Amino acid sequence: MTQYMISIYEREADYATLTPEAWGSVVDAHGAFAKAIADLGGTVTGGGVLQPTTTATSIRGGEVTDGPFVETKEAFGGFYLVEARDLDHALEIAKLTPAPFGGVEVRPLMDVNAGPAR
Amino acid sequence: MTSAASPPSGGVADALADAHRREWAFVLAATVRVAGDLDVAEECAQEAYVDAMTAWTRSGVPERPGAWLTTTARRRAVDRLRREVALRRKLPLLVEPVEADASGSPSGSDADDDEAVPDDRLRLIFTCCHRALDPAARVALTLRLVCGVATPDVARAFLVPEPTMAARITRAKKKITQARIPYRTPTAAELPERLDSVLAAVHLLFSTGHTAPTGEQLVRDDLCERAIDLARTLVQLLPVERETRGLLGLLLLTHARRAARLDAQGRLVLLEHQDRQQWDHVMIVEGLRWTVESLQAPRPGRFALQAAIAGAHAVAPTFAATDWARVVHLYDLLLAVEPSPVVELNRAAALAFAEGPAAALGIVERLADDARLRSYPYVHAVRADLLRRLGRGGEASAAYRAALDLTANGAERDFLRRRISDLDPGAATREPNR
Repeated sequence: MTQYMISIYEREADYATLTPEAWGSVVDAHGAFAKAIADLGGTVTGGGVLQPTTTATSIRGGEVTDGPFVETKEAFGGFYLVEARDLDHALEIAKLTPAPFGGVEVRPLMDVNAGPAR
Repeated sequence: MTSAASPPSGGVADALADAHRREWAFVLAATVRVAGDLDVAEECAQEAYVDAMTAWTRSGVPERPGAWLTTTARRRAVDRLRREVALRRKLPLLVEPVEADASGSPSGSDADDDEAVPDDRLRLIFTCCHRALDPAARVALTLRLVCGVATPDVARAFLVPEPTMAARITRAKKKITQARIPYRTPTAAELPERLDSVLAAVHLLFSTGHTAPTGEQLVRDDLCERAIDLARTLVQLLPVERETRGLLGLLLLTHARRAARLDAQGRLVLLEHQDRQQWDHVMIVEGLRWTVESLQAPRPGRFALQAAIAGAHAVAPTFAATDWARVVHLYDLLLAVEPSPVVELNRAAALAFAEGPAAALGIVERLADDARLRSYPYVHAVRADLLRRLGRGGEASAAYRAALDLTANGAERDFLRRRISDLDPGAATREPNR
């Protein structure tokens, strides 16, 4: 099994105007997703949802500034850590990630003892 | 290769060259399973060919050269694994366990067994053409690993500097290992999508050879032939799939026209003006056979339909006698499975012959404004051709210039310049392009 991070990138503006009902259905979709991962034979080992980038504070070279480290139209807003057999399995899982206003990136976690890909 | 033995006789050298062309993928693919590493497997396979030179010169060419090479390469891989087991820090390639092997062939621990080497070529091809790899890297990896083409030659094929190509191949290999792209064939459910990515890579390889992206040479036969060999291998390994036959049919029907695509001066000749006697009619017959088989599916795929279009051209005795209505109809079917502005453009070009240039001009002008086609030279060339046929010389000339500005191939540039000077004899000398 290999650990992968599924990073969710979405347009924050679309979330800002979301009705409570629509927000509720996004939350429900994530609940269903967690169940789907288990059905596919994967395991969720972690995850989190972030507040919008307007709440972010960045530090570069000791200097503290307001805002995200990198400004993008589709911002990093949440992630799952999953265990999957291989990349095909991880992609099968990641395809089901609810990301109605953007998409996801799948990346393997590094074994720090082995070091980065060389 | 500093063998002390006398240089191999012609027979052994030929047998080795033949075994490299025919068996490389088989030898490497079976060795990857034992080595658990693409680089190590490649080195062991190369060493087996070097070993063969000495051994075959001494004792003669074995009855089954591929099996001899595979056994030797796998034995070398096993030896290396034993030696390096303590030193090994690299992540092993994720090789699917033998139990899950659909072919049911025994392998793995019995690397010394002379027979029953599983045919892992499909695993190798599907790994090289995985969707998670960059499309250009897929083709490069396929050439390097499946066809056994050396990196400098792969670089030359795509006209990029050797270090660039070496880096591209290395990056792709690392991603296969680190992101855990499995060394396995797709399941039945995954197959259509995964196969399409393989067929697209083979098609891209062929297209690169069919119209070399830059340089003076229009066609690079070596690349086209590699692509045809790969398509043949896929038909052999996936006999049930219709699209593999469609691809093979398409490549053969296209390649059959190669001798007629350039005139004696090396200038580009359009389909319209090609001498059909020069077409390779043996290849056409074979291409049509695969095409007909590929169309025997409930819903023919994009390669089967493209092959059918190439077939409609191949059976027409003259350009004027082409069944244009059928060609337009086939493009309609193709658009349904592959909606793309390039297919729309080709359909419009066929429509111009079925119903006249005026019928197609509106479509082509809309496509010329499409952001996705703005830097596609053929949209401007088709528009220019329609305008020329409608007698609108000035506009045609401007459109040919737009195409010329976007074209890098020497033979194609020369063709466009000739069209411009035919429309306005003074123009070419007044305003030389580049």
